[in-house]
Amino acid sequence: MRTVYLDNNATTMTAPEVFEAVHPYFLERYGNPSSMHSFGGKLARDVAVAREKLAELLGATPQEIIFTSGGTESDSTAIMSALATMSDRREIVTTRVEHPAVLNLCKHLARTKGYVVRWLSVDKEGKLNMDEVRNQITDQTAVVSVMWANNETGVIFPVREIAEIAYERGALVHTDAVQAVGKIPMNLDSSSIDFLSLSGHKLHSVKGVGALYIKKGTRFSPFIIGGHQESDRRGGTENVPGIVGLGVAASLALQELNPAGLRMRRLRDRLQKGLLEAVPRARVNGNLESRLPNTLNIGFEFVEGEAILMRMDDKGICASSGSACTSGALEPSHVLRAMGVPFTAVHGSIRFSLSRYTTEEDIEYVIREVPGIIEFLRSISPFGRENFDAACTIH
Amino acid sequence: MWEYSEKLKDHFFNPRNVGEIEECNAVGEVGSLACGDALKLFLKIDPDTERILDARFKTFGCGSAIASSSALTEMIKGKTIEEAIKVTNQDIAEYLGGLPQEKMHCSVMGRDAFAAAVACYRGQPAPRDEIDSRLVCECFGISDEQIRNVVKENNLSTVEQVTHYTKAGGGCGQCRENIVSIISQVRGELKKQRPDETRSRRTMTNIQKIARIQEVVEKEIRPMLQQDGGDVELIDLDGNKVLVALRGLCTSCPSAALTRTGIETKLKELVHPDLFVEEVEG
Repeated sequence: MRTVYLDNNATTMTAPEVFEAVHPYFLERYGNPSSMHSFGGKLARDVAVAREKLAELLGATPQEIIFTSGGTESDSTAIMSALATMSDRREIVTTRVEHPAVLNLCKHLARTKGYVVRWLSVDKEGKLNMDEVRNQITDQTAVVSVMWANNETGVIFPVREIAEIAYERGALVHTDAVQAVGKIPMNLDSSSIDFLSLSGHKLHSVKGVGALYIKKGTRFSPFIIGGHQESDRRGGTENVPGIVGLGVAASLALQELNPAGLRMRRLRDRLQKGLLEAVPRARVNGNLESRLPNTLNIGFEFVEGEAILMRMDDKGICASSGSACTSGALEPSHVLRAMGVPFTAVHGSIRFSLSRYTTEEDIEYVIREVPGIIEFLRSISPFGRENFDAACTIH
Repeated sequence: MWEYSEKLKDHFFNPRNVGEIEECNAVGEVGSLACGDALKLFLKIDPDTERILDARFKTFGCGSAIASSSALTEMIKGKTIEEAIKVTNQDIAEYLGGLPQEKMHCSVMGRDAFAAAVACYRGQPAPRDEIDSRLVCECFGISDEQIRNVVKENNLSTVEQVTHYTKAGGGCGQCRENIVSIISQVRGELKKQRPDETRSRRTMTNIQKIARIQEVVEKEIRPMLQQDGGDVELIDLDGNKVLVALRGLCTSCPSAALTRTGIETKLKELVHPDLFVEEVEG
């Protein structure tokens, strides 16, 4: 059976070039870059090359980048550092639709450390209200943390503009750019963004590696304390294979940024059109224009997401759902609820996320298979059409 | 990813007894769109022998909800009411080769739907509507009676388990303390302490309210607005606050405020006098 992988916002295939590059670091180049002997010490050079490549992708300088274990560590490091260096301010501004790595950290800080969190709302298209942003960021704000693009809907936030507002008020700015890096260009050198988090495995590198951009001049307080690695900014022996892989992945992403972006957008739009035409009562969640080129979130009314996923899985199609049942939580996606997606559609929301490896055949296969799945599940659903009888009517 | 048994997957991919029965004489319905799963059970019962001649279902929900519905119909077909009422949610789960803990509420939903259908057949109020039961979880519309039943039948001891089996406590979480005291009562650790009476006046559960509002919006309000090129969408229910979004011409209509009042009047009249409508951007 063919596998059509449209869950690239969850994780991506390791690029073959990355896989090749990482190989030697297990059996041959396994040394420790901090060692005095050349067997290990020469690896410091490989780490430096990776840092340069990643800096180039971001439009930053190598000194502005530290390697971490992934997106979550980068998010925590940035926010905790900002709070530590801005100790006279007790407020955090963030959005209601952040990834749990930021959302739950902010809730935790409010509950256990007494920080005031100002939650920015989104409209029905998942966009921020810039007036609200301007009102919520004040001279009490220690850090503003706004994701560059949303993982569920792909909606892109005007992070650079928000950073300017924060800069005027003297607040630090962090952005969780895990979904955006490698998909849209970012020239950090011309921005007021202080911290940016990214993750390797979302851009065709391996799991367990990520990075944090720290703007030159921004005060920093380490999160993981230990050895002198990463210029005393992050303790712990470097994940050399992961870092090398991330460097190669960054080069590939930079080369591919424009052609791959255009191709993904064309295929995504084809998928969107094909599904909306074939399936009645389906809607796109999220703003259509300001959206990552690879993400499509569709709400199929009157059906439940896990059931859709299981039937798609049976056909080899991999995607995600904002439904409650897929996570073990009982309430559906916080992102879709914050957007006010009606409950008729929220449980049946499916996220398709493409990569530069997605083919035309993949998309046509999904357009052929999914409508029948929705139709079948609707045929066994008590909702939809005329069937809204609430209770027993026979006596 | 859930670890579902082969038997469960079989009942999900090839559900038995799907559909409605034209000449049924009992219908049981539980759950709602808002909750993420709902089951409507149709029975044809022989009035002389009380034997279940046919059982069919329609289910909105996840894999285990659909499989539990399918299993339930297979298990009760051919049995008398008296025999079938003994089928517990554990029996349904076992029939399917087990359910993940977090999905036990699917099997409970099956059993509840059957109880509702039997009540319907006997002309009694559905078990969830009984006056002497008290609403505990407002998010999912779960009564103390339902919680007591699952605690007793499944020998549950923690709030987390009760949430897995009924969903109660899985929303805002405000009722968790109440659930703890119900568990203690059932398990005999607390003697007859009356739960606080303030919330015991019960009119309509959230689920019933949502279902009824949805019905009125679909059947009464939308056709009316659509005649004038407008439309409305039900977004959410928060206590007695009904959130709606106006669509089409309604959004630019200078008398949009009148539309809101019109919807409110209809809902007050047909659903509940305490309801009020707020318009959200949608």
